[in-house]
Parts: sequence; C-alpha cells; structure tokens
Amino acid sequence: MASESRKAPVQFGIRLRRILCGRAGWSGLVLQLVFAGLIIWLGYEIFANAKANLQNQRIASGFGFFQQTAGFGVSQSLIPYSESDTYLRVFFVGLINTLVVATVGIVFATILGFAVGVGRLSPNWLIARLSGGYVELVRNLPLLFQILFWYLAVLGALPGPRQSLSLFGQIFVNNRGLVIPRPIPHDGLTAFIAAIVLALAIALGLRSYARRRLFREGRLLTIWPYVLGLLIGLPVLSLVAFGTPFSLEMPQLRGFNFAGGLRIVPEFVALTLALSTYTAAFIAENVRAGIQSVQRGQTEAGASLGLSHGATLRLIVVPQAMRVILPPLTNQYLNLTKNSSLAVAIGYPDLFSVFAGTTLSQTGQAIEIIAITMGVYLLISLLTSALMGLYGWRLDRSLGR
Amino acid sequence: MKRVFFAATVAVALGLGLQTAAAQTLKSVKERGSLSCGVSQGLPGFSLPDDKGNWTGLDVDVCRAIAAAVLNDPTKVKFVPLSAKDRFTALQSGEIDVLSRNTTWTLSRDTSLGVNFTGVTYYDGQGFLIRKSLKVNSALELNSASVCVQTGTTNEQNVSDYFNGNNMKYELIAFGTADETVKAYESGRCDVFTADISQLYSIRLKLANPADHVVLPEVISKEPLGPLVRHGDDQWFDIVKWTLFAMINAEELGVTQKNVDEMMKSNKPDLKRMFGTDGNLGEQLGLTKDWVARIVKAVGNYGEAFDRNVGAGSKLGIARGLNQLWNKGGIQYAPPIR
Repeated sequence: MASESRKAPVQFGIRLRRILCGRAGWSGLVLQLVFAGLIIWLGYEIFANAKANLQNQRIASGFGFFQQTAGFGVSQSLIPYSESDTYLRVFFVGLINTLVVATVGIVFATILGFAVGVGRLSPNWLIARLSGGYVELVRNLPLLFQILFWYLAVLGALPGPRQSLSLFGQIFVNNRGLVIPRPIPHDGLTAFIAAIVLALAIALGLRSYARRRLFREGRLLTIWPYVLGLLIGLPVLSLVAFGTPFSLEMPQLRGFNFAGGLRIVPEFVALTLALSTYTAAFIAENVRAGIQSVQRGQTEAGASLGLSHGATLRLIVVPQAMRVILPPLTNQYLNLTKNSSLAVAIGYPDLFSVFAGTTLSQTGQAIEIIAITMGVYLLISLLTSALMGLYGWRLDRSLGR
Repeated sequence: MKRVFFAATVAVALGLGLQTAAAQTLKSVKERGSLSCGVSQGLPGFSLPDDKGNWTGLDVDVCRAIAAAVLNDPTKVKFVPLSAKDRFTALQSGEIDVLSRNTTWTLSRDTSLGVNFTGVTYYDGQGFLIRKSLKVNSALELNSASVCVQTGTTNEQNVSDYFNGNNMKYELIAFGTADETVKAYESGRCDVFTADISQLYSIRLKLANPADHVVLPEVISKEPLGPLVRHGDDQWFDIVKWTLFAMINAEELGVTQKNVDEMMKSNKPDLKRMFGTDGNLGEQLGLTKDWVARIVKAVGNYGEAFDRNVGAGSKLGIARGLNQLWNKGGIQYAPPIR
C-alpha cells in the first residue's frame, strides 16, 4: 500500500495527460477540444433548428400535453384508467403493459428455451429431432407473421362468447380471451398469506440446515415430509382459525360479453406466445452452444463421482455453461422487450401503441413523444443489462474467478 | 418497425431543419415536376390503387385536380399511402405537399398540429358496422360490446363520448392500420366496427359476405373530411383551397368534363371569369388563366367526381345527401370565383 501511494502522483499525472491528450501529447488536447466543441455545437444546432421550425409552423411543443385529457379507451390496464384521465396516465398504462408482456415473455422464453436447448443434446433421437425442428422452424419465420398467426389463426378461430368453451362451468375460453373467476379478498387473507410466507421461510431454513449437514457429515437428511406438512398444514391452520381468505366472483354471460370475473385479453396471450416461442428458439441455440462449450471431461468426472446424468448436468455442466450463455441470453431478453413494440399490429395497448401511437397522433408532438419513448426503451434495456451483469458477476464469483 | 423508422425520420428531419419550404411549395412542386400527395393505404371510393398501381377515388381526384391546375398534367402525382396515425407527421415534415386522406377537420388538429384544413370534400359522420346475426337494430343496444377502431382517428374519441354519454360499457381495441382492424372484426374479436359511415360502406364491400353485415342507423358525430396543408405557406393554402372550390363552382354552373370546351366559348360573365377569358383570377393565385378548365378536363366537376367514386356510378352507391349542392338540398357550398 505504502509504495503505491508514493507513486500515485506520478501515475496520476501521466494518466491525466493520457486521458486528455491521447498519444499525441498536448497538441492532441486541442484536437479533442475542437472535436467535443463540434459535437456540442451540432447538438445545439439540431435543438435550436427544431425549435425554430416548430415555431414557424406553429406546431404545439413542450410537455403540457401530459396534463390534457386523453379521451380514448384502452382495452387492458393494470392501473385504474378511464377516458377522462390524462395522457400522463396513458403513458403509465402503456409502460406497465409493455413491462408485463416483456416480463412474462422472458420467463416463458427462458423456460422453453432451456428445455429445447437441452433437448437438442438429448440422447433420445425423437426429443433431439423435435427440438431441432422447433428451432429451425420458429427462428426462420418473421416475428410479425408469427404474432398475426397466433392472433388471427389460432386465437381468432376460437368460438364467440355465446359459444364459449367452458371448463367446469367456471373458466371460459372464447375469441374475447380467457375468463376466470375473480378472487375477492376477505379478512382471512392477511393471515393466509402470512402462513404461506412463514411455511416457505421455515422450509428454506430446513433446506439450508440439511445442506450444511450434508457437507459436514456426508449424510443426506430426508426433509421433504416435514416441508410438505408445513406447506399444507400452516395454511390449513390459518383457514380454520381466521376463515376463508377470499371468495370467487363467477363470470356470467351478459349481453355481448362476460361480466364479472377476470379476463385475459387475446392480444396479450397472442403477443406473449409469439414473443416467447420466437425468442425461445434463439435461447435454445445459446444454451446448446453453452453446454457444448463445457469440456467432455467435466461430464465424465461427474459420472466417475457417481452422480446421475441429471445431477451432472445441474451441478457441474450448467453452472459452467452459464458463463457462455449469459451474454447472448441478455441480448435475447433485450430483443424480446424491444420486439414487444410490434403489439400495435394486433391492438395490444403497449407503450408504443398507446403513447407513440395514439397519443402522438392526437397531440401531434412527434419530437417530444418519440424522444420520451426512445428514452424509456433505452432505460428498460439498460436496467435489464445491469441486472444480467450483476448475475454474471455473482456467477463468476461463485465459480471462483 | 417501419413506423418506428418513419417517426424517427420525422423527428430527425424536423430537428436537422430540412427547411420545410415556407412559401415555397408551389415553386418546389413545379421544379420537381410532380405533386406529392398523402392518401390512405387503400379505402375504396376515396383512395385505392388498382392492380396496375393506378390510384382512384374522391381524395385521389383532389390530388389530380391540384396537379392539373399547377402542372397541367393530372398524372404527375406521387401518391404516398399513410396510416391514420402517421399522416400528420408526414405533412409536418414536408414529405408530402398536401394530405388528402379522409381526414376530419377539428379545432385541435387545425391549431396544434401545424396544419390548415382547406375545405370539405365530404360531409361524413361516424357509425357502426355489425353482423346481422347479432340482431341489433340500434347503437343504443350495444352495451358491453367489444368495439374495433383504427388508432389515430377522431373515431377513437367519439366512441368513448357516445358510450359514456349513454351510460353504456364497452371494450375498445385499437389497431394500427385499417386492414388490421377489419381482420380483427372479421375474426369475431369485436362485435362492432366503428368508423366514418362512408368508410363502413366501403369496408363492407371488402368483407367476404357483405350482405351479412349492416350499418346501424345512428350517426354519432360530425366528420367533415377534407384536404390539408402545412402552416406557413399561404399561397399554397389558397391554391389547394380554390382547387376544391373550383370543382364545386363548376358543378353549380353546369360545367362538366364533356361540355367544358363549349362552355369556355360562353359569353356568360361568371363563366368568362371562371375560364379566364375575362380577368386574370388564375394568375392572382399563382396559376394560369385557364386553371379551372384544366381541373375540370382532368377530373370533372365535384358532382362527377363524387358519382364516379362513391356515388351512384360506383360500387359504393352512396346517396349525395349532405354532399348535394346547397341549392339542391345539400350543404356543399363554395365561395364565388370573382
């Protein structure tokens, strides 16, 4: 430490010069300043010119439009929304819809992608060929086409509300979506949730205790009967003590559509299906490449330790493969999120559709709205990258790098 | 993705200050030798390309009339198909010289979008198209219905006013283009399709079995459709405005595509003013003296264009109704050429 701090001033001077001037010495500094000045001037010119042009043509500008009444309906909103709300609320409705479809899509794409990727390497001929066929079919067809296929050909072929397919007379499927009973919370809900959380916490504690015993004594404790008992017993106990946590509101056919119950709109289903199956094909290839990058000796070492095929894969191969899989996997997550903006083709009210679409055409403020929308997608993507980076950093640490 | 690209281009174009030719439109159209005209992506009767790429329709005829007046050639028009939501940005950014795309004239559009409406080519209203099998006779029976609409239209807002005003619930599903909206209606995703009534008739023709669908009697809004131009070029504004007025005045004075050459020889003072044999009204606009003759020779008078595209002489067969001339029971009325 001491020697480093003595050298610091010298290094600092050199480094500063290098940052400021590059290899060209102090004359380089002038060049860099000129270049930076040019960029700032260009940015200012663009801004000033746009402002002048907008004023000349008397096009409204600024962000006042956020407070105006939107006046149009939106088919899916997870926050309360009515036509008399403002454009600001429309923005959040769209943003949440985008985040929901991206999150659900990413979860499904990851599960399906890993399954297919591992499936392609399966010794079972049928599974390997089916997985291979899936990848080649799905990744080679345009995404927009697949979205329209799911929406118009698959979901559009479902019967109308009056001829709904029904499951136990409580769940209905028709071309307006999936209708399920809506849970209505009662007094017992808090206790019920607390019981489940408590049961999960104890179960996790038990598991880590069992693992420590395993590593210390080499003996595997049987804990699953206790875990099962806890997970069923505690919630049942809360039911008995505090009453039912919720009742169900049954959907009923009234007029053109079902009233009551919860409805998942077909636009959401079609978009999620298309995005996740499409992205899963790419993830599958990443997973396959990752697994194949782990040397064969590792599998053999696992086998010689007496681990089963599944355990070798789970404990030895996949953690090492993850290092290779992670960067392209992040790419796929980002692609999925950005591709969700194709939603407008099937009328799913995502950010791009309700904000950069309807709001833009009603207010005409192209520059502000496009800039905000670009900023939001950029932010979502950067956050995704950061999260994946964090995971990668933890992974590297746990693998001892 | 095309839309993203388009909107981004517009933002950049406005930003980089492609000087959007204030007071220069006439000059730049003449230099270019063609008129750039924004139209719909395919709406029978208003603007629709045939299999050879020839556009026809009432909105298209307005573009051709302008080209005839300015360039003396109704074929020198470059048609730019635009979705409802892209149309204003295309005009703002200077990509098109005039937008003639069944666009409703409203106060907020006229003021905050940086555009000027030049007149009304078609007085329309919003209505509902529904399957006959649902046995609905009035829009007031539509409580809880799912409604398909094209995004970026006044229809999207009117439908909210109508349902809320009548204490009815509804589900609105908005699509990016007219075609996508029609497909969703056909697949049964919605009970009703809402748009301007002229559009409903035109879309019904495109459906597999037009007779299975009916337009409900209610007209829930005023939709005066007309061409529009950018703010900041008054001369061009006048030219587009008076092109439509010329077509309407021609009908009023009985000038048709067939008899225009004879009428030019007439001694009636209003015809002489119109054809420039007396005075120089066309030159005051920045055009030639025979501008009206050019327009009528190219597309006929307003009534002829109406009949040929949407009226009795077309597949749509829409009655003149409000669009009849003021002295024949309608409200089409143009200021005099004098």
